[in-house]
Amino acid sequence: MAEEKTSIINYSLIKFHIGFAMLYLLIVLLGGLLYSLQFIGLYPLSNIEVFSPGRIRMLHTNGAVYGFIINGFMAGLYWAVPRLTGYRVWNEKIIGWFLAIALQVAVLATAGGLLLGFAQAIEWGETPIFIDPAIVAWLFVSLGQFIVPIYKYAKDKPLYAANWYITAGLIWVIMVYIMGNYVPQFFIPGVAGAAVTGTWIHDAVGLYVTPIGWGLMYYFVPVLLKKPIWSHSLSLMGFWGLAFFYPLQGVHHYLWSPIPMYAQYAAVFSTVVLELAVITVIVNFLMTLRGNAEAMRTSIPIRWMFVGTINYAITCLQCAFQVLLTTQKVIHFTDWVVGHAHLIMFGTFGFWILGFFAYLWPKMRKAEAYSRSLDEWAFWLVSLGTAIMWVDLLSAGLMQGFNWWGLSPFIDSVNFSVPFWIVRTITGVMIATGIILFTYNMYMTGRKEPVSALQAQASGGKA
Amino acid sequence: MSKIAASEKFATIALIVGIVFFAFGTFWQAVAPYLSLKNIPVKSMDKIAENIPPEFYMLAEDYPDEFRKHLGELGKASFIEALTTGKKAYIAEACWHCHSQFVRPVSKEEERYGKVSYPSEYANVMQLPQLLGTRRVGPDLIRESGVHSNDWHIAHFKNPPSVTPGSVMPSYGWFFDKDGRPNKKGLSIVAYMQWLGSWAKNPLYELSKK
Repeated sequence: MAEEKTSIINYSLIKFHIGFAMLYLLIVLLGGLLYSLQFIGLYPLSNIEVFSPGRIRMLHTNGAVYGFIINGFMAGLYWAVPRLTGYRVWNEKIIGWFLAIALQVAVLATAGGLLLGFAQAIEWGETPIFIDPAIVAWLFVSLGQFIVPIYKYAKDKPLYAANWYITAGLIWVIMVYIMGNYVPQFFIPGVAGAAVTGTWIHDAVGLYVTPIGWGLMYYFVPVLLKKPIWSHSLSLMGFWGLAFFYPLQGVHHYLWSPIPMYAQYAAVFSTVVLELAVITVIVNFLMTLRGNAEAMRTSIPIRWMFVGTINYAITCLQCAFQVLLTTQKVIHFTDWVVGHAHLIMFGTFGFWILGFFAYLWPKMRKAEAYSRSLDEWAFWLVSLGTAIMWVDLLSAGLMQGFNWWGLSPFIDSVNFSVPFWIVRTITGVMIATGIILFTYNMYMTGRKEPVSALQAQASGGKA
Repeated sequence: MSKIAASEKFATIALIVGIVFFAFGTFWQAVAPYLSLKNIPVKSMDKIAENIPPEFYMLAEDYPDEFRKHLGELGKASFIEALTTGKKAYIAEACWHCHSQFVRPVSKEEERYGKVSYPSEYANVMQLPQLLGTRRVGPDLIRESGVHSNDWHIAHFKNPPSVTPGSVMPSYGWFFDKDGRPNKKGLSIVAYMQWLGSWAKNPLYELSKK
């Protein structure tokens, strides 16, 4: 049975995506670290046009999404979708490798384009305009790649929660990307364009990264804990709540702007209500862990996934609080938002991806991870680094917001931020060090002799 | 087949969630604001260039040789050229990641920056794509016109801490020639800064709306 399931999964594609995800993650972290040095007066590449801090910033954010997260998700989907459905993906030899290589070409072209000054002024969509059509085409093909097995399976069987999220996410992202990257760029200027852009910024996270992330979690967590998800009703409530309220929030990125207030009120209201849906999902996952809490200590992948889930709960609670128009008076435009973004994109989705990488990589190699203590060091450095960065940037944000409100000279808010920015750089070093250890551990695991099933049986260990 | 709950069917997820929910959300968050604002006419570059701010004339006086070399004769055409190039540089350098372009009606921003932003001032092709921004490492720029002199901007782009001690803004050496004079990008970005908010300087509210 296990053998049969394994055979419908293409290991080489997964390894390829995991490898590139980790490569980009390292580059992205070094880029972020480099950018943070500008804020404490230590930027080493000043006055070099292609390494201007503004351009490095875009490399950092775009690399995180298109390089690390999408590659990570591809690896997860290639593993989870065949196992969830019992069918191979649409086509591995041609479409699988086409998607895999095209993604890397698109990421590298984006990076080059950003550094050479061809950025598009769309947040999270700075991808140069001439690469956008290729990405849209890529998204269509990736929809086909994973929707085919899901569709085959769904003909006569009910879909499991993981597949609800994956199906919806893959369909959403195409419309979201086209809307966000073309409409404000060519058709709608100004304030209405800002509303569209806000919707894109939000949907890129909410309608692609979030559903694919939750879809993979609905697969990996029960598998790793060897038990079903706690409550089917909560899965249903969570999914339909997220699906209904997530697309309704874009304008909360531009609160108190000249966008019509009814759109702003709708965004605020649905963001607060979404928190209820998120709580159902979180409770469902925490109750699944109940009785197996020991796994948080013994299993590194479970630990990444659940700490990520707790970070998700924190960020979403924060969402419901910071979106209020009163809170916005202080925290909008400040480092508070930057802290929030790091906790959701890296602290949650990044942690989940690292979690299933830590599970898949040794499993595919049929070997134990090279070093447990390296894994521990990586986990603690990265999670402490992320947590401290979050607190640090939140505090900086409050300070900046109240400084502005208090009408002290603008430069004060910059001067007073420097200590916070120094702490941020230190936490960045912690995170980067952790990820370097994590990657080194993966590399050494990859070099280990695979343990064949026979050997494992002979020695009585589990393969 | 009949045993499958509707909520677990492929078609339900793909159509209701994938298409209908997305359309509903997008309607309220993107289409409706568009419909509300679509009657505001969108200004073309030609229309924008009907009001050239005085700072642009001063720029031509302050840097006559560079101006003639990079932008040509002072006038509508050179103003359009400067704004277009300036906006391009503003986007390529991702200025909008650290500078916003709207004044909120809260947190005493009206006192710090000036008139609260209103939709019609964004209805022009210079806001395609919009550059409202989401972060302020540095101050808002939508009321920047005339706040600083052209020379201040030139010195600032060359070395920000020289005029604003403590500034964390990077230097933009490639906005200048080898001999330190502003090149096309340098002149244009200054023209762009001096244009931002030039329409909102008139103290007479009704006049400023024209």
